[in-house]
Amino acid sequence: MIAVVGYYEPWWIQIIKAIVIFAVGLQLVPIVLLAERKLLGRFQARYGPNRVGPYGAMQPLADILKLLTKEQFRPTTSIGFLYALAPMISILTAVAALAIIPFGDVQDIFGTPVGLYGIDVSIGPLYLFALGGIAFYGIMLGGWASGSKYSFLGSMRGAAQLISYEVAQGLALVGVLMTAQTLSLTGIVIAQKGMWFVVPQLAGFLIFMVASFAETNRAPFDLTEADAELVGGYNTEYGGGRFASYYFAEYLNVIVVSGIATTIFLGGWLLPFGIHPPGWVDPFVVLFKMGLVTFFFIWVRATLPRLRYDQLMSFGWKVLLPLATLNTLITAIVVTVSH
Amino acid sequence: MAAPDNGPEGTPATATLNVAAWSPGEDVIEVKRTPAPGPTRSTWRTFVETLRGLGTTFGRFHETPITVQYPEEKTPVYPRFRGRHKLHRFEDTGLEKCVGCSLCAAACPADCIRVVAAENTPEHRVSAGERYAEVYEINLSRCIFCGYCEVACPFDAITMGHDYELSDYDRTDLIFTKEMLLAEPLERTPLRNEGE
Repeated sequence: MIAVVGYYEPWWIQIIKAIVIFAVGLQLVPIVLLAERKLLGRFQARYGPNRVGPYGAMQPLADILKLLTKEQFRPTTSIGFLYALAPMISILTAVAALAIIPFGDVQDIFGTPVGLYGIDVSIGPLYLFALGGIAFYGIMLGGWASGSKYSFLGSMRGAAQLISYEVAQGLALVGVLMTAQTLSLTGIVIAQKGMWFVVPQLAGFLIFMVASFAETNRAPFDLTEADAELVGGYNTEYGGGRFASYYFAEYLNVIVVSGIATTIFLGGWLLPFGIHPPGWVDPFVVLFKMGLVTFFFIWVRATLPRLRYDQLMSFGWKVLLPLATLNTLITAIVVTVSH
Repeated sequence: MAAPDNGPEGTPATATLNVAAWSPGEDVIEVKRTPAPGPTRSTWRTFVETLRGLGTTFGRFHETPITVQYPEEKTPVYPRFRGRHKLHRFEDTGLEKCVGCSLCAAACPADCIRVVAAENTPEHRVSAGERYAEVYEINLSRCIFCGYCEVACPFDAITMGHDYELSDYDRTDLIFTKEMLLAEPLERTPLRNEGE
Protein backbone atom coordinates (compact mmCIF):
# COMPACT_ATOMS: atom_id res chain seq x y z
CA MET A 1 0.00 0.00 0.00
CA ILE A 2 1.26 3.41 -0.91
CA ALA A 3 -1.35 5.42 1.01
CA VAL A 4 -1.47 8.69 -0.87
CA VAL A 5 -4.21 11.21 -0.25
CA GLY A 6 -5.28 13.54 -2.99
CA TYR A 7 -3.47 11.68 -5.78
CA TYR A 8 -4.43 12.27 -9.43
CA GLU A 9 -3.62 9.90 -12.28
CA PRO A 10 -2.97 10.84 -15.92
CA TRP A 11 -6.12 11.69 -17.85
CA TRP A 12 -6.33 8.42 -19.82
CA ILE A 13 -6.33 6.33 -16.65
CA GLN A 14 -9.11 8.49 -15.29
CA ILE A 15 -11.22 7.77 -18.36
CA ILE A 16 -10.61 4.01 -18.06
CA LYS A 17 -11.47 4.17 -14.36
CA ALA A 18 -14.68 6.06 -15.11
CA ILE A 19 -15.75 3.34 -17.54
CA VAL A 20 -14.86 0.54 -15.11
CA ILE A 21 -16.67 2.14 -12.18
CA PHE A 22 -19.68 2.87 -14.35
CA ALA A 23 -19.77 -0.71 -15.63
CA VAL A 24 -19.30 -2.32 -12.21
CA GLY A 25 -21.51 0.14 -10.37
CA LEU A 26 -24.41 -0.30 -12.75
CA GLN A 27 -24.21 -4.08 -12.45
CA LEU A 28 -24.78 -3.70 -8.73
CA VAL A 29 -28.23 -2.19 -9.25
CA PRO A 30 -29.98 -5.29 -10.65
CA ILE A 31 -28.27 -7.39 -7.97
CA VAL A 32 -29.58 -5.14 -5.21
CA LEU A 33 -32.99 -5.07 -6.88
CA LEU A 34 -33.20 -8.85 -6.98
CA ALA A 35 -31.73 -9.21 -3.49
CA GLU A 36 -34.33 -6.85 -2.13
CA ARG A 37 -37.24 -8.75 -3.66
CA LYS A 38 -35.88 -12.14 -2.67
CA LEU A 39 -35.04 -11.04 0.88
CA LEU A 40 -38.36 -9.28 1.39
CA GLY A 41 -39.97 -12.53 0.31
CA ARG A 42 -38.03 -14.57 2.83
CA PHE A 43 -38.78 -12.06 5.59
CA GLN A 44 -42.48 -12.59 4.86
CA ALA A 45 -42.32 -16.41 4.56
CA ARG A 46 -42.71 -16.44 0.77
CA TYR A 47 -40.30 -17.13 -2.08
CA GLY A 48 -40.06 -13.84 -3.92
CA PRO A 49 -39.52 -13.91 -7.69
CA ASN A 50 -38.65 -17.46 -8.79
CA ARG A 51 -40.06 -17.79 -12.29
CA VAL A 52 -37.64 -16.00 -14.62
CA GLY A 53 -34.40 -17.91 -14.93
CA PRO A 54 -32.88 -20.11 -12.21
CA TYR A 55 -34.18 -18.96 -8.81
CA GLY A 56 -35.66 -15.91 -10.50
CA ALA A 57 -32.20 -14.52 -11.25
CA MET A 58 -33.31 -12.96 -14.53
CA GLN A 59 -36.17 -11.04 -12.91
CA PRO A 60 -34.49 -7.58 -12.97
CA LEU A 61 -33.66 -8.08 -16.65
CA ALA A 62 -37.28 -8.97 -17.39
CA ASP A 63 -38.47 -5.94 -15.41
CA ILE A 64 -36.20 -3.55 -17.26
CA LEU A 65 -37.07 -5.04 -20.65
CA LYS A 66 -40.76 -4.73 -19.89
CA LEU A 67 -40.37 -1.09 -18.87
CA LEU A 68 -38.22 -0.18 -21.86
CA THR A 69 -40.65 -1.64 -24.37
CA LYS A 70 -43.52 0.39 -22.97
CA GLU A 71 -44.90 3.46 -24.64
CA GLN A 72 -43.48 6.82 -23.56
CA PHE A 73 -46.58 8.78 -22.78
CA ARG A 74 -47.06 11.93 -20.79
CA PRO A 75 -50.15 13.60 -19.32
CA THR A 76 -51.56 16.55 -21.27
CA THR A 77 -51.22 18.74 -18.18
CA SER A 78 -47.50 18.04 -17.87
CA ILE A 79 -44.65 20.29 -18.93
CA GLY A 80 -42.86 18.24 -21.54
CA PHE A 81 -39.28 19.47 -21.26
CA LEU A 82 -39.07 19.27 -17.47
CA TYR A 83 -41.01 16.03 -17.43
CA ALA A 84 -38.33 14.43 -19.58
CA LEU A 85 -35.44 16.15 -17.82
CA ALA A 86 -36.31 15.23 -14.22
CA PRO A 87 -35.49 11.49 -14.32
CA MET A 88 -32.21 12.32 -16.04
CA ILE A 89 -31.22 14.63 -13.17
CA SER A 90 -32.04 11.88 -10.70
CA ILE A 91 -29.97 9.26 -12.47
CA LEU A 92 -27.09 11.63 -13.21
CA THR A 93 -26.61 12.69 -9.60
CA ALA A 94 -26.82 9.10 -8.38
CA VAL A 95 -24.15 7.96 -10.84
CA ALA A 96 -21.95 10.98 -10.17
CA ALA A 97 -22.03 10.30 -6.43
CA LEU A 98 -20.68 6.82 -7.11
CA ALA A 99 -17.43 8.38 -8.32
CA ILE A 100 -16.09 9.36 -4.91
CA ILE A 101 -16.50 6.02 -3.13
CA PRO A 102 -13.02 4.59 -2.61
CA PHE A 103 -12.84 0.86 -3.34
CA GLY A 104 -9.20 0.58 -2.41
CA ASP A 105 -5.93 2.36 -1.89
CA VAL A 106 -3.58 3.55 -4.62
CA GLN A 107 -2.31 0.36 -6.28
CA ASP A 108 0.62 -0.25 -8.58
CA ILE A 109 -0.95 -1.55 -11.80
CA PHE A 110 1.60 -2.24 -14.58
CA GLY A 111 3.98 0.32 -13.15
CA THR A 112 1.40 3.11 -12.94
CA PRO A 113 -0.02 4.05 -9.55
CA VAL A 114 -3.81 3.89 -9.84
CA GLY A 115 -6.26 4.83 -7.12
CA LEU A 116 -9.17 2.42 -6.87
CA TYR A 117 -11.75 5.20 -6.80
CA GLY A 118 -13.31 7.49 -9.35
CA ILE A 119 -11.77 10.64 -7.97
CA ASP A 120 -10.37 11.50 -4.57
CA VAL A 121 -11.93 14.93 -4.20
CA SER A 122 -10.51 17.10 -1.45
CA ILE A 123 -14.03 18.04 -0.34
CA GLY A 124 -15.35 14.43 -0.05
CA PRO A 125 -18.66 14.56 1.82
CA LEU A 126 -19.42 18.08 0.56
CA TYR A 127 -19.39 16.72 -3.01
CA LEU A 128 -21.90 14.13 -1.88
CA PHE A 129 -24.20 16.71 -0.30
CA ALA A 130 -23.91 18.99 -3.30
CA LEU A 131 -25.11 16.16 -5.54
CA GLY A 132 -27.79 15.29 -2.99
CA GLY A 133 -28.99 18.88 -3.28
CA ILE A 134 -29.25 18.55 -7.05
CA ALA A 135 -30.90 15.13 -6.78
CA PHE A 136 -33.73 16.83 -4.97
CA TYR A 137 -34.48 18.74 -8.18
CA GLY A 138 -35.00 15.41 -9.92
CA ILE A 139 -37.82 14.55 -7.55
CA MET A 140 -39.18 18.08 -7.25
CA LEU A 141 -39.28 18.83 -10.98
CA GLY A 142 -40.59 15.37 -11.80
CA GLY A 143 -43.49 15.71 -9.40
CA TRP A 144 -44.29 19.27 -10.35
CA ALA A 145 -43.96 18.88 -14.14
CA SER A 146 -46.25 15.84 -14.12
CA GLY A 147 -49.28 18.07 -13.63
CA SER A 148 -50.91 15.71 -11.16
CA LYS A 149 -51.78 16.42 -7.55
CA TYR A 150 -50.49 13.11 -6.27
CA SER A 151 -47.14 13.72 -7.92
CA PHE A 152 -47.09 17.27 -6.63
CA LEU A 153 -47.87 16.25 -3.05
CA GLY A 154 -45.23 13.53 -3.24
CA SER A 155 -42.58 15.87 -4.53
CA MET A 156 -43.48 18.50 -1.93
CA ARG A 157 -43.06 15.95 0.81
CA GLY A 158 -39.84 14.83 -0.79
CA ALA A 159 -38.50 18.36 -0.82
CA ALA A 160 -39.33 18.95 2.85
CA GLN A 161 -37.98 15.57 3.85
CA LEU A 162 -34.70 15.82 1.95
CA ILE A 163 -33.96 19.30 3.29
CA SER A 164 -34.78 18.31 6.87
CA TYR A 165 -32.72 15.17 6.96
CA GLU A 166 -29.79 16.47 4.98
CA VAL A 167 -28.99 18.75 7.91
CA ALA A 168 -28.84 15.89 10.38
CA GLN A 169 -26.95 13.69 7.92
CA GLY A 170 -24.34 16.36 7.35
CA LEU A 171 -23.91 17.14 11.03
CA ALA A 172 -23.52 13.44 11.81
CA LEU A 173 -20.44 13.38 9.58
CA VAL A 174 -18.82 16.45 11.13
CA GLY A 175 -17.69 14.41 14.14
CA VAL A 176 -15.80 12.04 11.87
CA LEU A 177 -14.31 14.85 9.83
CA MET A 178 -12.98 16.50 12.99
CA THR A 179 -11.49 13.25 14.25
CA ALA A 180 -9.92 12.38 10.89
CA GLN A 181 -8.78 15.99 10.26
CA THR A 182 -9.47 15.57 6.54
CA LEU A 183 -12.33 15.80 4.05
CA SER A 184 -10.80 13.34 1.59
CA LEU A 185 -12.63 10.00 1.74
CA THR A 186 -9.37 8.13 1.17
CA GLY A 187 -7.86 10.08 4.02
CA ILE A 188 -10.82 9.20 6.24
CA VAL A 189 -10.34 5.49 5.55
CA ILE A 190 -6.61 5.71 6.27
CA ALA A 191 -7.39 7.53 9.52
CA GLN A 192 -9.38 4.46 10.61
CA LYS A 193 -6.31 2.19 10.67
CA GLY A 194 -6.34 1.96 14.47
CA MET A 195 -10.08 1.83 15.02
CA TRP A 196 -13.10 2.13 12.74
CA PHE A 197 -15.05 5.32 13.31
CA VAL A 198 -18.17 3.33 14.08
CA VAL A 199 -16.78 2.76 17.61
CA PRO A 200 -15.92 6.29 18.75
CA GLN A 201 -18.67 7.82 16.57
CA LEU A 202 -21.46 5.33 17.28
CA ALA A 203 -24.03 8.10 17.79
CA GLY A 204 -22.90 9.72 14.57
CA PHE A 205 -23.21 6.40 12.74
CA LEU A 206 -26.76 5.81 13.99
CA ILE A 207 -27.85 9.34 13.11
CA PHE A 208 -26.23 9.02 9.69
CA MET A 209 -27.99 5.72 9.02
CA VAL A 210 -31.42 7.01 10.09
CA ALA A 211 -30.98 10.17 8.03
CA SER A 212 -29.82 8.05 5.09
CA PHE A 213 -33.10 6.14 5.12
CA ALA A 214 -34.87 9.47 4.70
CA GLU A 215 -32.40 10.74 2.09
CA THR A 216 -32.83 7.68 -0.10
CA ASN A 217 -36.63 7.73 0.33
CA ARG A 218 -36.64 4.23 1.76
CA ALA A 219 -39.01 2.70 4.29
CA PRO A 220 -39.85 3.75 6.99
CA PHE A 221 -39.37 7.24 5.53
CA ASP A 222 -40.72 6.58 2.02
CA LEU A 223 -43.32 9.32 2.29
CA THR A 224 -42.48 10.68 -1.14
CA GLU A 225 -44.01 7.62 -2.71
CA ALA A 226 -46.39 6.52 0.05
CA ASP A 227 -48.36 4.05 -2.07
CA ALA A 228 -51.33 3.92 0.25
CA GLU A 229 -52.13 7.63 0.17
CA LEU A 230 -50.29 9.13 -2.82
CA VAL A 231 -50.69 6.29 -5.35
CA GLY A 232 -46.99 6.40 -6.21
CA GLY A 233 -45.89 9.85 -5.11
CA TYR A 234 -43.66 11.91 -7.37
CA ASN A 235 -43.43 9.18 -10.04
CA THR A 236 -47.17 8.49 -10.32
CA GLU A 237 -47.39 9.81 -13.87
CA TYR A 238 -44.18 8.19 -15.06
CA GLY A 239 -44.03 4.97 -17.03
CA GLY A 240 -41.68 3.05 -19.24
CA GLY A 241 -38.04 4.06 -19.46
CA ARG A 242 -38.47 7.22 -17.42
CA PHE A 243 -39.96 5.30 -14.54
CA ALA A 244 -37.11 2.82 -14.90
CA SER A 245 -34.67 5.74 -14.54
CA TYR A 246 -36.27 6.82 -11.28
CA TYR A 247 -36.30 3.27 -10.02
CA PHE A 248 -32.71 2.83 -11.04
CA ALA A 249 -31.63 6.06 -9.35
CA GLU A 250 -33.37 5.03 -6.16
CA TYR A 251 -31.45 1.78 -5.91
CA LEU A 252 -28.22 3.40 -6.98
CA ASN A 253 -28.71 5.89 -4.15
CA VAL A 254 -28.98 2.99 -1.72
CA ILE A 255 -25.70 1.62 -3.07
CA VAL A 256 -24.02 5.02 -2.83
CA VAL A 257 -25.19 5.57 0.74
CA SER A 258 -24.00 2.08 1.66
CA GLY A 259 -20.64 2.95 0.14
CA ILE A 260 -20.43 6.21 2.06
CA ALA A 261 -21.37 4.51 5.34
CA THR A 262 -18.76 1.83 4.64
CA THR A 263 -16.09 4.40 3.85
CA ILE A 264 -16.73 6.81 6.66
CA PHE A 265 -17.76 4.56 9.53
CA LEU A 266 -16.93 0.95 8.71
CA GLY A 267 -13.29 1.31 7.75
CA GLY A 268 -13.57 1.18 3.96
CA TRP A 269 -11.19 -1.47 2.64
CA LEU A 270 -9.56 -2.07 6.06
CA LEU A 271 -10.06 -5.39 7.82
CA PRO A 272 -10.11 -5.80 11.60
CA PHE A 273 -7.54 -7.65 13.74
CA GLY A 274 -4.62 -6.29 11.72
CA ILE A 275 -5.24 -8.50 8.66
CA HIS A 276 -3.52 -7.01 5.62
CA PRO A 277 -4.59 -8.81 2.45
CA PRO A 278 -2.94 -7.99 -0.90
CA GLY A 279 -4.19 -4.86 -2.62
CA TRP A 280 -6.50 -6.58 -5.13
CA VAL A 281 -8.72 -7.83 -2.26
CA ASP A 282 -9.62 -4.25 -1.22
CA PRO A 283 -12.54 -3.72 -3.66
CA PHE A 284 -14.10 -7.01 -2.56
CA VAL A 285 -13.84 -6.02 1.11
CA VAL A 286 -15.58 -2.74 0.32
CA LEU A 287 -18.25 -4.50 -1.76
CA PHE A 288 -18.84 -7.01 1.03
CA LYS A 289 -19.30 -4.28 3.60
CA MET A 290 -21.58 -2.37 1.22
CA GLY A 291 -23.60 -5.55 0.82
CA LEU A 292 -24.04 -5.79 4.58
CA VAL A 293 -25.25 -2.19 4.83
CA THR A 294 -27.61 -2.75 1.90
CA PHE A 295 -28.93 -5.85 3.62
CA PHE A 296 -29.66 -3.69 6.65
CA PHE A 297 -31.61 -1.28 4.44
CA ILE A 298 -33.74 -4.14 3.12
CA TRP A 299 -34.14 -5.65 6.58
CA VAL A 300 -35.45 -2.36 7.97
CA ARG A 301 -37.84 -2.05 5.05
CA ALA A 302 -39.29 -5.44 5.93
CA THR A 303 -39.67 -4.43 9.58
CA LEU A 304 -40.80 -0.88 10.15
CA PRO A 305 -44.10 0.68 9.10
CA ARG A 306 -44.16 4.06 7.39
CA LEU A 307 -44.12 7.10 9.65
CA ARG A 308 -46.85 9.68 9.70
CA TYR A 309 -45.78 12.92 8.06
CA ASP A 310 -45.74 15.08 11.22
CA GLN A 311 -43.88 12.33 13.05
CA LEU A 312 -41.26 12.35 10.34
CA MET A 313 -40.79 16.09 10.60
CA SER A 314 -40.73 16.26 14.39
CA PHE A 315 -38.34 13.30 14.52
CA GLY A 316 -35.98 14.96 12.07
CA TRP A 317 -35.95 18.41 13.61
CA LYS A 318 -36.56 17.69 17.29
CA VAL A 319 -34.64 14.47 17.81
CA LEU A 320 -32.07 13.86 15.10
CA LEU A 321 -30.83 17.42 14.66
CA PRO A 322 -30.25 18.11 18.40
CA LEU A 323 -28.57 14.71 18.76
CA ALA A 324 -26.32 15.38 15.79
CA THR A 325 -25.44 18.82 17.14
CA LEU A 326 -24.68 17.38 20.56
CA ASN A 327 -22.52 14.69 18.98
CA THR A 328 -20.60 17.34 17.05
CA LEU A 329 -20.13 19.46 20.17
CA ILE A 330 -18.87 16.60 22.32
CA THR A 331 -16.51 15.41 19.58
CA ALA A 332 -15.21 18.97 19.18
CA ILE A 333 -14.46 19.21 22.90
CA VAL A 334 -12.76 15.79 22.95
CA VAL A 335 -10.66 16.59 19.88
CA THR A 336 -9.61 19.97 21.26
CA VAL A 337 -8.69 18.56 24.66
CA SER A 338 -6.74 15.59 23.30
CA HIS A 339 -4.67 17.61 20.81
CA MET B 1 -40.17 8.24 18.26
CA ALA B 2 -40.60 11.21 20.57
CA ALA B 3 -43.45 12.78 18.68
CA PRO B 4 -45.44 14.94 21.10
CA ASP B 5 -48.60 14.42 19.08
CA ASN B 6 -50.75 13.44 22.05
CA GLY B 7 -51.91 16.22 24.30
CA PRO B 8 -49.92 17.18 27.40
CA GLU B 9 -49.91 14.59 30.13
CA GLY B 10 -52.88 14.50 32.48
CA THR B 11 -55.16 16.99 30.72
CA PRO B 12 -58.45 15.39 29.75
CA ALA B 13 -59.28 16.16 26.15
CA THR B 14 -62.99 16.74 26.61
CA ALA B 15 -64.62 19.70 24.93
CA THR B 16 -67.67 21.43 26.44
CA LEU B 17 -70.00 23.68 24.49
CA ASN B 18 -71.02 27.02 26.02
CA VAL B 19 -74.61 26.81 24.85
CA ALA B 20 -76.96 27.47 27.79
CA ALA B 21 -80.00 25.84 26.23
CA TRP B 22 -78.29 22.56 25.62
CA SER B 23 -77.13 20.35 28.43
CA PRO B 24 -74.48 17.84 27.53
CA GLY B 25 -76.07 15.19 29.73
CA GLU B 26 -74.86 11.64 29.52
CA ASP B 27 -74.15 11.45 25.83
CA VAL B 28 -70.74 13.10 26.08
CA ILE B 29 -68.06 10.65 25.19
CA GLU B 30 -64.91 11.17 27.16
CA VAL B 31 -61.92 10.90 24.87
CA LYS B 32 -59.28 8.80 26.56
CA ARG B 33 -55.76 9.10 25.30
CA THR B 34 -52.65 7.33 26.36
CA PRO B 35 -50.21 9.71 28.00
CA ALA B 36 -47.52 11.12 25.77
CA PRO B 37 -44.36 9.05 26.14
CA GLY B 38 -41.70 10.65 28.29
CA PRO B 39 -38.04 10.79 27.29
CA THR B 40 -37.28 7.39 28.81
CA ARG B 41 -40.11 5.63 27.04
CA SER B 42 -39.34 7.43 23.80
CA THR B 43 -35.76 6.24 23.87
CA TRP B 44 -36.94 2.75 24.78
CA ARG B 45 -39.30 2.72 21.83
CA THR B 46 -36.74 4.19 19.47
CA PHE B 47 -34.05 1.63 20.16
CA VAL B 48 -35.21 -1.43 22.07
CA GLU B 49 -38.60 -1.84 20.42
CA THR B 50 -37.12 -1.23 16.98
CA LEU B 51 -34.44 -3.85 17.62
CA ARG B 52 -37.13 -6.25 18.82
CA GLY B 53 -39.01 -5.69 15.58
CA LEU B 54 -35.86 -6.30 13.57
CA GLY B 55 -35.34 -9.52 15.52
CA THR B 56 -38.87 -10.63 14.73
CA THR B 57 -38.45 -10.18 10.99
CA PHE B 58 -35.02 -11.81 11.03
CA GLY B 59 -36.53 -14.79 12.83
CA ARG B 60 -38.72 -15.43 9.78
CA PHE B 61 -35.61 -16.33 7.79
CA HIS B 62 -35.36 -19.93 8.88
CA GLU B 63 -39.01 -20.61 8.16
CA THR B 64 -39.95 -22.43 4.99
CA PRO B 65 -42.10 -20.27 2.72
CA ILE B 66 -45.76 -21.24 2.86
CA THR B 67 -46.37 -20.25 -0.77
CA VAL B 68 -48.25 -22.78 -2.91
CA GLN B 69 -46.50 -22.85 -6.29
CA TYR B 70 -49.81 -22.66 -8.09
CA PRO B 71 -49.63 -23.98 -11.64
CA GLU B 72 -47.48 -26.89 -10.49
CA GLU B 73 -49.07 -27.35 -7.09
CA LYS B 74 -52.77 -26.92 -6.44
CA THR B 75 -54.61 -26.29 -3.24
CA PRO B 76 -56.78 -29.36 -2.62
CA VAL B 77 -60.52 -28.73 -2.55
CA TYR B 78 -63.13 -30.17 -0.19
CA PRO B 79 -65.43 -32.94 -1.50
CA ARG B 80 -68.42 -30.61 -1.43
CA PHE B 81 -66.61 -27.95 -3.48
CA ARG B 82 -68.80 -26.78 -6.36
CA GLY B 83 -66.74 -26.63 -9.52
CA ARG B 84 -67.45 -27.46 -13.16
CA HIS B 85 -70.55 -29.60 -13.80
CA LYS B 86 -70.39 -33.26 -14.76
CA LEU B 87 -73.02 -35.37 -16.52
CA HIS B 88 -73.12 -39.05 -15.59
CA ARG B 89 -73.79 -42.39 -17.25
CA PHE B 90 -74.93 -45.63 -15.68
CA GLU B 91 -71.82 -47.62 -15.00
CA ASP B 92 -73.27 -51.00 -16.04
CA THR B 93 -75.19 -50.14 -19.21
CA GLY B 94 -73.33 -47.00 -20.25
CA LEU B 95 -76.64 -45.20 -20.83
CA GLU B 96 -76.94 -41.54 -19.90
CA LYS B 97 -78.71 -40.78 -16.66
CA CYS B 98 -80.22 -37.58 -18.01
CA VAL B 99 -83.76 -37.97 -19.30
CA GLY B 100 -84.12 -34.45 -20.65
CA CYS B 101 -86.73 -33.30 -18.10
CA SER B 102 -85.35 -29.70 -17.99
CA LEU B 103 -85.84 -29.44 -14.22
CA CYS B 104 -82.25 -28.23 -13.93
CA ALA B 105 -82.91 -25.49 -16.48
CA ALA B 106 -86.03 -24.51 -14.54
CA ALA B 107 -84.12 -24.38 -11.26
CA CYS B 108 -81.21 -22.43 -12.66
CA PRO B 109 -81.29 -18.84 -11.31
CA ALA B 110 -78.77 -17.67 -13.90
CA ASP B 111 -80.67 -19.27 -16.74
CA CYS B 112 -77.55 -20.80 -18.20
CA ILE B 113 -78.74 -24.35 -18.97
CA ARG B 114 -80.38 -25.24 -22.26
CA VAL B 115 -81.96 -28.67 -22.71
CA VAL B 116 -83.65 -29.95 -25.85
CA ALA B 117 -85.25 -33.35 -25.29
CA ALA B 118 -85.82 -36.08 -27.89
CA GLU B 119 -87.59 -39.46 -27.82
CA ASN B 120 -85.62 -42.63 -27.30
CA THR B 121 -86.29 -45.29 -29.94
CA PRO B 122 -85.39 -49.01 -29.66
CA GLU B 123 -82.79 -48.55 -32.43
CA HIS B 124 -81.35 -45.41 -30.95
CA ARG B 125 -81.41 -45.64 -27.16
CA VAL B 126 -79.36 -42.97 -25.38
CA SER B 127 -80.83 -42.80 -21.88
CA ALA B 128 -82.62 -45.21 -19.58
CA GLY B 129 -85.88 -43.25 -19.62
CA GLU B 130 -88.45 -42.43 -22.26
CA ARG B 131 -86.66 -39.38 -23.52
CA TYR B 132 -83.08 -38.14 -23.56
CA ALA B 133 -81.34 -34.80 -23.87
CA GLU B 134 -80.50 -34.19 -27.48
CA VAL B 135 -78.88 -30.89 -26.61
CA TYR B 136 -77.52 -30.19 -23.17
CA GLU B 137 -75.54 -26.97 -22.88
CA ILE B 138 -74.31 -25.04 -19.87
CA ASN B 139 -73.07 -21.52 -20.46
CA LEU B 140 -70.31 -21.38 -17.84
CA SER B 141 -69.76 -17.68 -18.39
CA ARG B 142 -73.19 -17.16 -16.81
CA CYS B 143 -73.19 -19.99 -14.28
CA ILE B 144 -72.95 -18.87 -10.65
CA PHE B 145 -72.08 -22.34 -9.31
CA CYS B 146 -75.01 -22.40 -6.88
CA GLY B 147 -75.59 -26.12 -7.31
CA TYR B 148 -79.40 -25.84 -7.68
CA CYS B 149 -79.27 -27.96 -10.86
CA GLU B 150 -77.68 -30.75 -8.87
CA VAL B 151 -80.44 -30.48 -6.23
CA ALA B 152 -83.21 -30.30 -8.82
CA CYS B 153 -82.12 -33.37 -10.80
CA PRO B 154 -84.33 -36.40 -9.96
CA PHE B 155 -81.82 -38.91 -11.41
CA ASP B 156 -78.49 -37.54 -10.11
CA ALA B 157 -77.53 -37.08 -13.73
CA ILE B 158 -75.79 -33.74 -13.16
CA THR B 159 -73.45 -33.08 -10.28
CA MET B 160 -70.99 -30.33 -9.49
CA GLY B 161 -67.42 -31.47 -10.09
CA HIS B 162 -64.21 -30.17 -8.56
CA ASP B 163 -62.52 -28.42 -11.47
CA TYR B 164 -62.12 -24.70 -11.12
CA GLU B 165 -59.67 -23.79 -13.90
CA LEU B 166 -62.27 -22.56 -16.34
CA SER B 167 -60.78 -19.45 -17.88
CA ASP B 168 -60.72 -19.16 -21.65
CA TYR B 169 -59.94 -16.67 -24.38
CA ASP B 170 -63.37 -16.65 -25.94
CA ARG B 171 -66.83 -16.53 -24.40
CA THR B 172 -68.18 -19.01 -26.92
CA ASP B 173 -65.64 -21.55 -25.67
CA LEU B 174 -67.30 -21.39 -22.28
CA ILE B 175 -70.54 -22.94 -23.56
CA PHE B 176 -70.03 -26.54 -22.51
CA THR B 177 -71.85 -29.12 -24.61
CA LYS B 178 -73.14 -32.52 -23.53
CA GLU B 179 -70.05 -34.32 -24.84
CA MET B 180 -67.76 -32.06 -22.85
CA LEU B 181 -69.78 -32.47 -19.70
CA LEU B 182 -69.95 -36.24 -20.06
CA ALA B 183 -66.23 -36.65 -20.68
CA GLU B 184 -63.92 -37.31 -17.77
CA PRO B 185 -61.92 -34.17 -16.94
CA LEU B 186 -58.33 -34.37 -18.16
CA GLU B 187 -56.77 -32.82 -15.11
CA ARG B 188 -58.29 -33.73 -11.84
CA THR B 189 -58.27 -31.30 -8.99
CA PRO B 190 -56.70 -32.73 -5.82
CA LEU B 191 -59.23 -33.55 -3.13
CA ARG B 192 -58.74 -32.65 0.47
CA ASN B 193 -58.75 -35.67 2.75
CA GLU B 194 -60.95 -35.83 5.78
CA GLY B 195 -59.61 -33.86 8.71
CA GLU B 196 -57.08 -32.05 6.53
